[in-house]
Amino acid sequence: MSPLLSARGWGWRWNARRAHAVQGLDLEVEAGERVLLLGASGAGKSTLLAGVAGLLDGGPDGTGEEEGELLVDGVPAQQARQRAVEAGEGRARTGLLLQDPQAQTVLARVGDDVAFGLENHAVPPERIWPRVDAALDDVGLRLPRDHPTSRLSGGQRQRLALAGVLALQPQLLLLDEPTAMLDPEGAAALRGVVAERLAATGAGLLLVEHRVDLWVDLVDRVVVLAPGGGVLADGPVWRVLDERGDELAAAGVWLPGRSAAPGRGGRAQPRRSGTAGDGLLSLEGVAVGRRGSGARVLTGVDAQVREGSFTALRGVNGAGKSTLALAVAGLVPPVSGRVRAHPALAGGLAARRRRRPWGSSAAADDPAGWAPRDLVSRIGSVFQDPRHQFVAQTVADELAVGPRRLGLSEEEVDVRTTELLERLRLDRLARANPFTLSGGEQRRLSVATALATRPRLLVLDEPTFGQDARTWAELVDLLAGLRDAGTAVVAATHDVELCDALADTTWWIGDGRLRVEALVGAP
Amino acid sequence: MSTGLLDPGAIRPTVLARSNPVTKLAVATLLAVVLLLSVDVVTAGTAVLLEVLALPLVGLGMGGLLRRSAVLLVAAVPVAVLTVLVGVDSGAVLLDAGPLSISTGSLESGAAVGLRVVAIALPGVVLLATTDPTDLGDALAQVLRLSPRFVLAALAAFRVVDVLAEEWQQLGLARRARGLGGDGLLAGVRDLAGRVFVLLVIAVRRAAVLATAMEARGFGAGEGQGADRTWARPSRLRASDAVVVAGGVLLAATATAAGVLAGTWQLLLT
Repeated sequence: MSPLLSARGWGWRWNARRAHAVQGLDLEVEAGERVLLLGASGAGKSTLLAGVAGLLDGGPDGTGEEEGELLVDGVPAQQARQRAVEAGEGRARTGLLLQDPQAQTVLARVGDDVAFGLENHAVPPERIWPRVDAALDDVGLRLPRDHPTSRLSGGQRQRLALAGVLALQPQLLLLDEPTAMLDPEGAAALRGVVAERLAATGAGLLLVEHRVDLWVDLVDRVVVLAPGGGVLADGPVWRVLDERGDELAAAGVWLPGRSAAPGRGGRAQPRRSGTAGDGLLSLEGVAVGRRGSGARVLTGVDAQVREGSFTALRGVNGAGKSTLALAVAGLVPPVSGRVRAHPALAGGLAARRRRRPWGSSAAADDPAGWAPRDLVSRIGSVFQDPRHQFVAQTVADELAVGPRRLGLSEEEVDVRTTELLERLRLDRLARANPFTLSGGEQRRLSVATALATRPRLLVLDEPTFGQDARTWAELVDLLAGLRDAGTAVVAATHDVELCDALADTTWWIGDGRLRVEALVGAP
Repeated sequence: MSTGLLDPGAIRPTVLARSNPVTKLAVATLLAVVLLLSVDVVTAGTAVLLEVLALPLVGLGMGGLLRRSAVLLVAAVPVAVLTVLVGVDSGAVLLDAGPLSISTGSLESGAAVGLRVVAIALPGVVLLATTDPTDLGDALAQVLRLSPRFVLAALAAFRVVDVLAEEWQQLGLARRARGLGGDGLLAGVRDLAGRVFVLLVIAVRRAAVLATAMEARGFGAGEGQGADRTWARPSRLRASDAVVVAGGVLLAATATAAGVLAGTWQLLLT
């Protein structure tokens, strides 16, 4: 019997690119086999999955150039997809799940979204709905068919997309970093569903994922792709991870049993709260609410941020972490109560401040009322999606935006830019467009832009979300260094390891309240 | 997104609300075309009156209707006022202030124009308020036989609008966080252009991922191969749809007849 998947000297080059995304690949996967696909970013893992899914068209009007052959069930992958659709039974050879939950929802109602694939496979309507209900049940989404997809959380959305894939009963599940954008609960739930469905259906798995620790028990074989093309290592999980562990860790793969945290006892260690300095910012009876509806999600918040402290803002999704972070960062005023900047943070703003012509009563110690250029030199913000913050054409210009806004001389701007480029290993990318960087590079750049104006307070929203182990360790080192130099850091995060490594204060959010927990004791 | 216009909540499922979206679209188009033929108070007024009387059949209360059509009603008022002030005068002049004047004739055409906007807009509001976009897509593809590729792409794009609205807000906050904004109109316009550009970049990337996800689920693979996609929600015309169309024709005919009998009806093109 021929293997389910067979690549022989397979390669793919996208039309606009000079280099091949994949080249000279030889790989066979038997039916029901579970394979973890590793490799440095740019090794062509996602391209391979798209190829196996039959989505790459190497024809005259296609999106690229194909070489060698990529067979699914003995026929070229694209043809295999075509035949499965034409058979009218709603059985796909492969099912592909991508990383971004938001970007994969097709329709406005839960049931319709699952039915979409079955309709495309020309399944008669009366046989569609029972399969939709079964698929929703299989992924644990017990919602009515007409539930709006816009009301789903990220984790639910990803399970919905999986239901759409599973409804087509694929023989081989292709997962492309399926949990990279989910919180820990969402990731665990998705992994659980995948494990259960693989056991129930006997389908095979081809998985691309940095978080090896989360998935390692589910796969029986690891294939490491070489960046230049071909296979670097291939074999049983533990053998490959043992033999190639150092190489993989250096490439940023999260390996089980190896913490990415840089040497404990080094800089990255929580301080005891007693060592923190002066207060920078106080929250006094603050309530924050959803934008638009204004419904309060969090009330009666009293807390303080001190220099040289690291505050972790924790709680389940939707509890109001991001919203509170926006208020602390002076980006959105609270619904009620006061966010008060102490003189150590406001830094002479009161004296310099001219009365506003329209007689606004905004106090000089209210960050939400500050002009943008006054804000950036005092409070820096790093958003969850770095792309939202990019405003310039090159990485170097991006870093210069803030300092220029402060009216610094071009020499000083240059000094700061160069220093940050080196410190965050971005110097070789100085002329690149920020949008063309990899995820890790974009994250480092967004943090660097916030640091360029040397704010006393840095507010971050999920800074380590979806980052590989190497970028994670670099971020932790960087934040530890900033904190030690006296900067206050507030981070909304789900990342337990990040909190363990750095947090001296934790703000727990739940049931509309905030509870402060400080690490006390001698260092 | 809650612009009110597209919020299908709180509608009683009456015959009219449940009729095929294509039927509602046909009736709305018919009324619009008939009302565009003439600008006169009687025809437009009768149409508005009949439409309001028909509201209970739609399952939409007066409150719900006002909430949804506020934007259109607000648009009708300035159009009417403008016509009153600068429109061609006839009859007795009531007020004369240079280029602005009010006469009985311009008052009448002002009222006619305003009423006509309302009469044409109301069926559209009802169509939007009682129709889910997905159902409209189903009907367009199955009843009117529009290309499934086109209809589904439009539906998917419609859903992405929600997401982009959120992104737009995030972009605004992120720019303040970068120290941008707050220095005058010109800089503000330039800043807005930058924000639009980033939104477009993000939208294009999202669209590419969505297209991949759709194709991976077999979208577009069976086309032209004799294996047409099926529709999980069959959309077809029923007898009740004929009743709705007849009602629409009756309404248009009554309004026009009233105008003709009153002698105010006049074909615009002549």
